[in-house]
Amino acid sequence: MGRLSTELCGIELDSPLIPASGTFGYGYEFAELYDINILGTFSFKGTTRDPRFGNATPRIAETPSGMLNAVGLQNPGTDAVISTELPKLAKVFRKPVMANVSGFSVDDYVESCAKLDKEAQVGWLEVNISCPNVHGGGMSFGTSPESAAEVTREVKKVTAKPVIMKLSPNVTDIAQIARACEAAGADGISLINTLMGMRIDLRRRAPLLANRTGGLSGPAVFPVALRMVWDVYEAVSIPVVGMGGVSSAEDVIEMMLAGACAVEIGSANLRDPFACKKITEELPGVMDSLGITDIKEIIGGAHNG
Amino acid sequence: MKDQTFTVKENRQIAPLTFLMRMEGDCSEITAPGQFINIQIDGLFLRRPISVCDLEGNTLTIIYKTVGKGTKAMSLMKEGQELDILTGLGNGYDLSKAGDRPLLLGGGVGVPPLYLLAKRLRAEGKQVSAVLGFNKAEEVFFADEFRELGCSVTVTTADGSTGTKGFVTDGMPEDYSYFYTCGPEPMLKAVFRASQTSGQFSFEERMGCGFGACMGCSCRTVTGYKRICKDGPVLEKEEILWED
Repeated sequence: MGRLSTELCGIELDSPLIPASGTFGYGYEFAELYDINILGTFSFKGTTRDPRFGNATPRIAETPSGMLNAVGLQNPGTDAVISTELPKLAKVFRKPVMANVSGFSVDDYVESCAKLDKEAQVGWLEVNISCPNVHGGGMSFGTSPESAAEVTREVKKVTAKPVIMKLSPNVTDIAQIARACEAAGADGISLINTLMGMRIDLRRRAPLLANRTGGLSGPAVFPVALRMVWDVYEAVSIPVVGMGGVSSAEDVIEMMLAGACAVEIGSANLRDPFACKKITEELPGVMDSLGITDIKEIIGGAHNG
Repeated sequence: MKDQTFTVKENRQIAPLTFLMRMEGDCSEITAPGQFINIQIDGLFLRRPISVCDLEGNTLTIIYKTVGKGTKAMSLMKEGQELDILTGLGNGYDLSKAGDRPLLLGGGVGVPPLYLLAKRLRAEGKQVSAVLGFNKAEEVFFADEFRELGCSVTVTTADGSTGTKGFVTDGMPEDYSYFYTCGPEPMLKAVFRASQTSGQFSFEERMGCGFGACMGCSCRTVTGYKRICKDGPVLEKEEILWED
């Protein structure tokens, strides 16, 4: 066990770094760039029961210190992920992977989770009840405690693997949603998904994104994410995975001090495909400079006193 | 794909809002004309994807139009500035299908990627025709450079201020073995309809990553979903599905 090791729902991670869903595909393309086994794990591209093309383009827009995306859960569907993507991943990644699952009905979530539960390489199910870019599903499950609890409860019935509920920041009280998930049996909470935003094209006088709105990510959202991780850490006793604008070793440490036992890194991977590798390499030096010998000792460390 | 540091050697305006930047760095990952690079710009989150115009050893040339913050910032860069660039992105044009008399059709800043293509096709001894379309005479660039390669060049302008009046499709020759094109989407659609042979089209889309990870630039094709950045930007005529 190295000084970067931590634990997530009973599974040991060699590193707290986890590339976030939607920024790392199904992993094997990044494996051409560096050895992805240096990561704690990664969360694969949000997968739905049926294949989806996603939204029309433009799906991407620049924002101050960040970006908007409205991809809309493009993915090949659960069956194809199991038959095609996971075998490709197994050749380059020898650790458990986090399966990110989305849906448009409770049955969708249940069917996908039941199938992914049978996959040996899947270590955790990260249940996305927070996608802001699809209509009639996704985020709507994550914006009320009742529906968040219902998805949690039904998914828990069909899997023995740890279930991590991925929450939306587009709510009045994220701690309340987290508590509802915990009470319904969730094994962990991850947050935040993107913040809903938009841009308007001045020349066309029309929304820049074809979907009109998109999800804001990048350094711009880091302080918002940090505050929510702090709140959720105080509200629940299950593990919390922090994400939102993390782009440096210092950000990783800050997230962990706020209460995260592991940290997901999203849009930083899109700006720099080597971001997670660089942060992994920088982390020990930054820990030294801050007098941290073992990273898991700092989880929630800013809450003392 | 490689992440490389390049040094700006030259950056000058060649037409209204249009700039040529020459830089030096490791170009070994660039394998085909029609590929692009993705440039990190201080103060902006997303990189800016620009197609490769010319390549000579470690010297890379791009031509770009200032349309927003990123390209405006690029236009102010000085000789000696270092840039963080991802190279070798995209599939590029497939030269093997050219036949002996390939036709190149470029519109505006769709002209630059065709330059390296023309150079490579000429090196293979092909008889290359190029139709280069612009809005008006003052916006024309690189027509002489294509001529110097030994291409038969036709310039078209929308207002008729020089060359043939009209669009690139008004300057298309009768006889060609295959075609390659790059330009704004309405032009690509017109070429699609007017062309008599098979050919390859280079597409433009707003991108997140530029290397296939984010699904930000996906399109539907006859052969399934494709990412413009990774499976494109060049698509074959037979696989294109127009969205509207």
